[in-house]
Amino acid sequence: MKRKISLTINGKSYTDEVEPRLLLIHYLREVAGLTGPHIGCETSICGACTVMLDGRTVKSCTMFAVQADGRQILTIEGLAADGKLDPVQEAFWNEHGLQCGFCTPGMILSSKQLLEDNPNPTDQEIRHGLEGNLCRCTGYQHIVNAVRAAAKAGA
Amino acid sequence: MATTISKPATLVGKGIRRQEDPRLITGTAVYVDDIKMPGMHHAAIVRSPHAAARIAGINTEAALAHPGVVAVFTGADVKNLGAVPCASSLPGLRVPHHHLLAQDRVYYTGHPVAVVVATDRYVAADAASLVEVQYDPQPAVADPEKALAAGAPAVHPQWPDNTSFTFHQEGGDTGQAFRDAEIVVKQRITSQRLIPTSIETRGVVAEWRPGEKSLTMFTSTQIPHLVRTLVAGILGMPENHLRVITPEVGGGFGSKLNVYAEEALMCYIAKEIGKPVKWVESRRENFQATIHGRGHVDYYELAAKRDGTMLGLKLKLIQDLGAYHQLLTPAIPTLSVLMMPGLYKFKSISADIIGVFTNCVPTDAYRGAGRPEATHGIERMVDILAAELHMDPAEIRFKNFVGKDEFPYATTTGLFYDSGNYALPLQNAMAQVDYAGLRQEQATARAAGKLMGIGLSTYGEICAIGPSAAMPAGGWESATVKIEPSGKVTVMTGASPHGQGEETTFAQIVADELGVDIDDVMVVHGDTAVVQYGIGTFGSRGTAVGGAALFYALQELKAKIKKFGAMLLGSDNVSLVGGSCVDDATGKSVSFAEMAVAAYHAKTLPPNTQPGLVATYFWEPPNFTFPFGAHIVVTDVDRETGRISIRRYVAVDDCGKIINPLLVAGQVHGGVAQGLGQALWEEAVYDEQGQLITGELTDYALPKASFMPLIESSHTETPSPVNPLGVKGVGEAGTIGCSPAVVNSVVDALSPLGVRHIDMPLTPQKIWKLIVQSGGLS
Repeated sequence: MKRKISLTINGKSYTDEVEPRLLLIHYLREVAGLTGPHIGCETSICGACTVMLDGRTVKSCTMFAVQADGRQILTIEGLAADGKLDPVQEAFWNEHGLQCGFCTPGMILSSKQLLEDNPNPTDQEIRHGLEGNLCRCTGYQHIVNAVRAAAKAGA
Repeated sequence: MATTISKPATLVGKGIRRQEDPRLITGTAVYVDDIKMPGMHHAAIVRSPHAAARIAGINTEAALAHPGVVAVFTGADVKNLGAVPCASSLPGLRVPHHHLLAQDRVYYTGHPVAVVVATDRYVAADAASLVEVQYDPQPAVADPEKALAAGAPAVHPQWPDNTSFTFHQEGGDTGQAFRDAEIVVKQRITSQRLIPTSIETRGVVAEWRPGEKSLTMFTSTQIPHLVRTLVAGILGMPENHLRVITPEVGGGFGSKLNVYAEEALMCYIAKEIGKPVKWVESRRENFQATIHGRGHVDYYELAAKRDGTMLGLKLKLIQDLGAYHQLLTPAIPTLSVLMMPGLYKFKSISADIIGVFTNCVPTDAYRGAGRPEATHGIERMVDILAAELHMDPAEIRFKNFVGKDEFPYATTTGLFYDSGNYALPLQNAMAQVDYAGLRQEQATARAAGKLMGIGLSTYGEICAIGPSAAMPAGGWESATVKIEPSGKVTVMTGASPHGQGEETTFAQIVADELGVDIDDVMVVHGDTAVVQYGIGTFGSRGTAVGGAALFYALQELKAKIKKFGAMLLGSDNVSLVGGSCVDDATGKSVSFAEMAVAAYHAKTLPPNTQPGLVATYFWEPPNFTFPFGAHIVVTDVDRETGRISIRRYVAVDDCGKIINPLLVAGQVHGGVAQGLGQALWEEAVYDEQGQLITGELTDYALPKASFMPLIESSHTETPSPVNPLGVKGVGEAGTIGCSPAVVNSVVDALSPLGVRHIDMPLTPQKIWKLIVQSGGLS
């Protein structure tokens, strides 16, 4: 039995009929057509599916779409405002904070959250703040550099 | 015209940010799972829950009756298709027929048994659970040494000894070396099974176009062209009717250097149902059914003089192959043998490989592929010898290095090391950590009862893989460069990258060679209908082989450009300067754009001149390259908990000439993270029944940001004479150099307790037990 949900994603309204068991990540990717958030593990360990729900990061692989009814979602696609990159995106680019790019959308949103909570983090705070996001390519060092650079840029 | 005329500052050697990143940081890149086609169906795979079982029957009725299910395929459907290919050949190699789906037996947990195809991803998963497979479980064996024991269950009943092959290699007179020896040290050293764990799992979308009788397959792979040739072979179709497209690839590390059953299955299914079909691997499937790496049990013997001169090395290498051979499975341990002398002047080596079947998923190439295992072995053995002789581990290495004036150096394993100065990275790393000061500090710490370790590894590797003679199916690489009619430059490379950043490094090379703006260069890869044949990206070959092919293609293109320039300028003496062609006598110039127009409009071509500005080069490397380096790791071990803290991680790597230092640093960091993963945390664990205990990311300790120390990375630059760029390759260096340095450091920390060797991973539990057993708990 499908249920109707209405939500706002990246500032745009969506209304859809969805199965109650539909995961939010599948709703975003397959119904809303936003393939920026990725699926890396389905067990909420890797963080590739991270999006912001009412301004806080969540792992969209372990939430149902119906739980997002009436809420505001930000995905990586909505981060660059009017075509201008967010300072965190810019910093990831400048500091080579990504290689294959698969974890990157989640990593950037988690970094954004981290800097909102703690605008001037130490390296250790950055490393702990990103524990919910796995990267297999970079060894994290350039990601830490990117978050530090974004903090300096006042992200 | 669009092309920038002014030549930018030389880009090769600059750490510029990447060309590929804008799409990746905005969520607009397209990976396999992002592809959607009209009428696309979804496949779910039924996999064996048993490591060994007979299949007594399969009932697909309930699954087929489930609304939304369009087909269920079992082993019987694909029985007459080709096998999953093994490209390696060794004398006497036993190769089990590797059907796309299990026939009457399953051989490992996760073995594919059936495929359910439905209109929806969720429905396919629901219906997969409705496929009833009657299994008759059989005894299984998951440990390679147990598999070799008398009476062990036979993985393949036709080969009760579980031995796929034995392989012997000898160089020099090992018998003499061991007779001449004043000391022989022996050690059993394991290199545990690891799960490569690219964050993007594998995935396939296949589409059949009946009108064209052609298949298009999107697959997340490191080797699109080889996949095309081999999957076409499995399906018995002409390979030019199969187009393989590799979109964005979310990491591979060797695990996508393969041809998998699912690739052929999805192509077959797309044709059978007449609709596009998608399969995306779950993480659990990825852990169960994508290749693992390593899986060695090594027995080493090292013969030496009491002054530390190393004479001979013997190795018995037991390779856990898993149940089948994937593309390169049996070849991987042969790389270990080639690499076993490391950077040292051994007079003789002797190696025996025993390739063992187990009821586990196959092992194959994972970052370093045989070379980390070998480096771990030799670097541990050198430390064990140094400890026996009460020599400093640095001193014994300096004493045995191949000298900087001895290149090219012929090893006892039949290789020719290209160039090097092996002492230099170690000297630099020692200076950086103040080695003498650290040893003093360690003495003080030990006197105070603290467990502080200093570990080093000096590694070499075999890269730019490789000359075709050493490869199962070609070791060259290809590049096409064309100047488009608008003057823009397009590169098509067969070395399809998956995160390494060749869209940038190759554009840097092109920008410098042609004197064009880097933003006017587009690097295209990973589409067999667009790119000339190629081999792929693995074995640190992308730039060292693919980049070299590009360099040669550019030289041919430049010769063509000059012809058109000379024609337009009416001069025989012209030079290419900064994106234009200049008349040496008059200084008059024409831009690329003008020459491109002349070349494509072809109104005024001299007789016998081909229109167009395109050059293709297939480059066969004359040798491997041999990067090297030194890593020093300083650790503190907590006596009470067994916890290891890494105080310093210093890596001095020599990967030849560096094209983009930012990207090289990224490769080193990522490589070290995977080496540290092996050294400290990661292990694929099968239980006695062959169940994969570490079946999800919840149970497999992938390094997190907080686990990682700061990596202090620097370089020496010894150009390789093997290719015109002087590059050696850097993709695997960090991994290869890392694990022995870490283990040497921890063993050094625990050496006051009498510890001489510890097998990886060095978990706190393992370390704490050792401390307790040796009476070291304070």
